[in-house]
Amino acid sequence: MKFSGFRVFAEALKGHTGWRPLWRNPEPKPAYDYVIVGGGGHGLATAYYLAKSFGRSRIAVLEKGWLGSGNVGRNTTIIRSNYLLAGNEPFYEFSMKLWEGLEQELNFNAMVSQRGIINLYHTDAQRDAFRRRGNAMMLAGAGARLLGREELRAMVPFLNYDNARFPIKGGLVQPRAGTARHDGVAWGYARGADSHGVDLIQNCEVTGVRLDRGKVRGVETSRGYIAADRVGVAVAGSSGRVMAMAGMRLPIESHVLQAFVTEGLKPTIPGVITFGAGHFYISQSDKGGLVFGGDIDGYNSYAQRGNLPVVEDVAEGGMALMPMIGRARLLRMWGGVVDMSMDGSPIIDRTQIDGLYFNGGWCYGGFKATPASGYAFAHLLATGAPHETARAYRIDRFARGHVVDERGAGAQPNLH
Amino acid sequence: MLIPHPLLGPRDAQEFTYLGDARLIDRPDSSAPDAEAAFCDYVFLRDNPAGVHRELWFHEQGDRSWLVVTRDTVTHEVLGAELARNVPLSRTRCGK
Repeated sequence: MKFSGFRVFAEALKGHTGWRPLWRNPEPKPAYDYVIVGGGGHGLATAYYLAKSFGRSRIAVLEKGWLGSGNVGRNTTIIRSNYLLAGNEPFYEFSMKLWEGLEQELNFNAMVSQRGIINLYHTDAQRDAFRRRGNAMMLAGAGARLLGREELRAMVPFLNYDNARFPIKGGLVQPRAGTARHDGVAWGYARGADSHGVDLIQNCEVTGVRLDRGKVRGVETSRGYIAADRVGVAVAGSSGRVMAMAGMRLPIESHVLQAFVTEGLKPTIPGVITFGAGHFYISQSDKGGLVFGGDIDGYNSYAQRGNLPVVEDVAEGGMALMPMIGRARLLRMWGGVVDMSMDGSPIIDRTQIDGLYFNGGWCYGGFKATPASGYAFAHLLATGAPHETARAYRIDRFARGHVVDERGAGAQPNLH
Repeated sequence: MLIPHPLLGPRDAQEFTYLGDARLIDRPDSSAPDAEAAFCDYVFLRDNPAGVHRELWFHEQGDRSWLVVTRDTVTHEVLGAELARNVPLSRTRCGK
């Protein structure tokens, strides 16, 4: 079933009786070649690219709840590739390029909107750091522009430029960044994977990993044992819990990150604005809601809800940056559990257990990486070798001393 | 969250800074032959349990003591707190 303008028109004439579910709901088979644990954005993208780009078959995605019930539906929908380090930037730029072709690729409206991102700076030192980051972005083909105060004021006149503590001196802009409809991304990948023969198995919780002489044989699930020689785990947020079933400890702590949305307002915020100094970032959804957030709560949590001190901190950051939002009413706030890794960067790698592969540690930035994470993980599962843009994400980088620490905060997950 | 400080009574978690798993108290022996691997595990690897977790909190805005707080990471319920300096001491007394 292909979506098109003509199809919508034709269905309108037939009373919309021809639409069909986007994917099957199959019973699990006793054995597969590839089992992907986790039916979120990364797991579904992995299955899609594994089937479509790498031509593999007999693939299942196992999801504990419903597809896209975790962090892919809880993030603030920002896509960007504005990193500094050589281990990160080519990977995220690869992801950005996949975003740009995603809707044509999937024949699905993921509402990818390249409305730009602005990172604000407040001091000369921060400006110099941003100039360096912009140069790194340009070297990777991502594009960047460093704006001064007046250029920025012409673009976003509503900011408080004369805040006593953090006066705004300018910003680093990535015009190709933007937002995407997060649920649509999961649904698009799910539909694409299903149409390439992947079994998407919902309400199927993995309860154990069966090992034999250092090799994976399959997974125990709430819907019975499923045999597979290659198991890929993409369950960021619950990575510690799932990998513990295989006896592994990870360089990861689970933390809670909160997000907020106001009632729908008229278009007012043109792109994404980040105010790192004030722990605040914001964008506006196509429906009009102001979508914003700030720091993680900062302590280990699996609760999918945070506490009030961070709510206050985020609200203060918002009021310091753009006092005009003070009258907007908050519609919803929620929390998601994120894998905070020891260097703030993700892991896509094989493990010491033959046939068991791990994808996790995405911190608070997994959504933007969804396409590249799926592609790189599929590459690893299919070929056994890391994708060229994901070579820095080996799990042994901590022991080797090759951490990818964008913030330079060290092995303290709540500071990344 | 309120943390039941053993000396000061219930205090707002906002007064504290969070470090992480209380196993960070047990620094490996730097002269042991396997010190490199032991320190790598110590610095980078975590149990990260869903459920009861013993963790280090520093009373930065208070009496600047380190506490070992027992907390449920699924519900955020704080189950208890003790002075961190008493934790290795009590272990020594037990002969462990």
